[in-house]
Amino acid sequence: METDTTAFQIDLGNLMAVDLHHQFPSNPSSREELVKEYIARGTELVQAIANNLFNLPSTEDIEGTLVKLPAPTTRLPREKHIPKPKPPTKWEQFAQKKGIKNRKKDKIAYDESSETWKRRYGYDHANDEDNVPIIEAKLTDVPGEDPFAKRREDKKKRVEKQDKNRLQNLKQAAKVGALPSHVQLAATRLPITGTQAATQKVTKDELGDVAGIAATATASGGKFDKKLPGEKPGKHKGKYRKFLPVIGGKGIHTQEQEQTDKILNKLISKNSHEMLNVNKAVNMYNVKKDKKRNNRPDKSSGTPGQLKPRKNLQKKPFNKGSSKSFDKGSKKPFDKGSKRPFNKGSSNKGRK
Amino acid sequence: MLRVKTPQKARARRALEKRAPKLIETGKKTLILHGMRTSAVLNAVLSDIYHLKKESAVKFSRRNKDVCPFENGGETSLEFFSHQTDCSLFVYGSHTKKRPNNLVLGRTYDHHIYDLIEVGVENYKRMDSFSYDKKLSPHVGSKPFICFIGEGFESVEELKHLKEVLLDLLRGEVVEKLNLAGLDRVYLCTAISANKVILTQCALRLKKSGTVVPRTELVEVGPSMDLVIRRHRLPNVGLRKEAMRVVRDQPKKDKNIQQDTLRGKVGKINIPDQKVDDTKYFHTKVGDSYVPHKTKGIKRERREAKTRKEEKEGDENASKRQKEDTE
Repeated sequence: METDTTAFQIDLGNLMAVDLHHQFPSNPSSREELVKEYIARGTELVQAIANNLFNLPSTEDIEGTLVKLPAPTTRLPREKHIPKPKPPTKWEQFAQKKGIKNRKKDKIAYDESSETWKRRYGYDHANDEDNVPIIEAKLTDVPGEDPFAKRREDKKKRVEKQDKNRLQNLKQAAKVGALPSHVQLAATRLPITGTQAATQKVTKDELGDVAGIAATATASGGKFDKKLPGEKPGKHKGKYRKFLPVIGGKGIHTQEQEQTDKILNKLISKNSHEMLNVNKAVNMYNVKKDKKRNNRPDKSSGTPGQLKPRKNLQKKPFNKGSSKSFDKGSKKPFDKGSKRPFNKGSSNKGRK
Repeated sequence: MLRVKTPQKARARRALEKRAPKLIETGKKTLILHGMRTSAVLNAVLSDIYHLKKESAVKFSRRNKDVCPFENGGETSLEFFSHQTDCSLFVYGSHTKKRPNNLVLGRTYDHHIYDLIEVGVENYKRMDSFSYDKKLSPHVGSKPFICFIGEGFESVEELKHLKEVLLDLLRGEVVEKLNLAGLDRVYLCTAISANKVILTQCALRLKKSGTVVPRTELVEVGPSMDLVIRRHRLPNVGLRKEAMRVVRDQPKKDKNIQQDTLRGKVGKINIPDQKVDDTKYFHTKVGDSYVPHKTKGIKRERREAKTRKEEKEGDENASKRQKEDTE
């Protein structure tokens, strides 16, 4: 047994044993024999590991005997790279140069205004600038300036500056690949030149919309534009106009008809209440009646006269030959008759 | 323009920190997935491997189209999955006419393929086809013994490679302290020829022998399979060198120890409060005196009564208890 153990390579950290000298017959007689053989050999190997393992210094625990394992000797590749050290920040560099050392501050500080001890930072902290009810006037004060507003403004500026410095330091760290695991530097939208605003991140949809709008600059609406690999067709907002065939196979042209009918029906039904305005119709009827009534006295006097000129007209050619005899008598009826035919004509036209 | 983005919730922050590269790594996670076609054998193999490694494995159950680790460009989605699941070991199963019952074992470094080895599965026996005393069955996540038998593991290049990958795959978590009562499984890898390895799992039975070291006995519990080596790809020399870098143990910082020119080495020992009273819990020490916490939710009368009471006792309280010892 002991001669065997020296022949094995044992890695106690991985609980591994390797037997490099065992040779199996090139043509094993059967599977079962092979299984028996390697299990027997495996038992020996495990025994060899156990011999080493159970002789290690151990401590007793409620759950069993605990053994301190040595580090594994077989070297295996790492999963991820070794974390890189964080580069010093600008302040740390400066402090190093000047020999400035960090001193720990007490959690609690003395508050001058209330003359008590309060926490240094956080809610209701000591010497809070924002919580001062009165600021004493100084000679250097600029008239017309709100000292409270100025304090707030100054603080805001300081915070902004700190944020900027932090970003700068993180950028440096990112360059070396030593960004803290919980921090990401996300790209934001570039500001349009000349403006300070709009540094938000652009979403995928927004970009798609912009591309769709840009595509409309061409006559085809971007249909025949060259596409980048993986680029999707631009988004088209609104409907495309479609023309249905007026003539064609069975059922197709009826579609067109149906469409126009539908529109027509819609329009008619919309104005259907105006189709017959009863009041208007009644009014019109009344007006007509009135007109008729007004015209009647003329007509009643005229109608017999109507016949007269006709008679006259008919008579005229007959009378032309004997003009002298009818001269005086013909003048009056002619005058009347010249008027009447006009009246009659107009009235006839109206009736038609 | 850049913007600093940090997680909004502590849980997300913890999850990110868990994934970050660490100085000392303890264990690798395994990704188990298959290609467009698998066989019944391969499905069983993959699910058995998943059972063996249940605590540190992720198994994909859907078919994966673009995974072909040996081909150019076929590793992209695999690397993405590795990143997504934070796994640095993978077992990929595929079944084709050319390579039936194909298993690709591989490792990643920094979520990029590190090395690959392809094996065919033969003579597969399922875990549940073995009959044995169920009391012996290994517990989930127990630290296994691993045995390699056969001279091929040194002389043949492929087998040497397979040995390393199998060790990485099977060894489990690297531990400092091991409970001897928890030892219950053994993996046996036997090289029977230049390109064939039998892999099987056995349960371990420890019997009394009269000495400190118990007598060991193996009972085969499966799964058992023959792995026939097909293709393999070793890591780049440069990548290997980088991945094999070892961190030197950094000396622990000694706290509260100072050097003094006169007294030599000076240690500071903090002794906790001996007297049990409320002062400790409701006060913060500033210099030599105690400052009361302003606790919310206490009615005013009670609070005032308390402060009055404390003012009486306040002066009697002991000051900082600290001793300085010279060595």
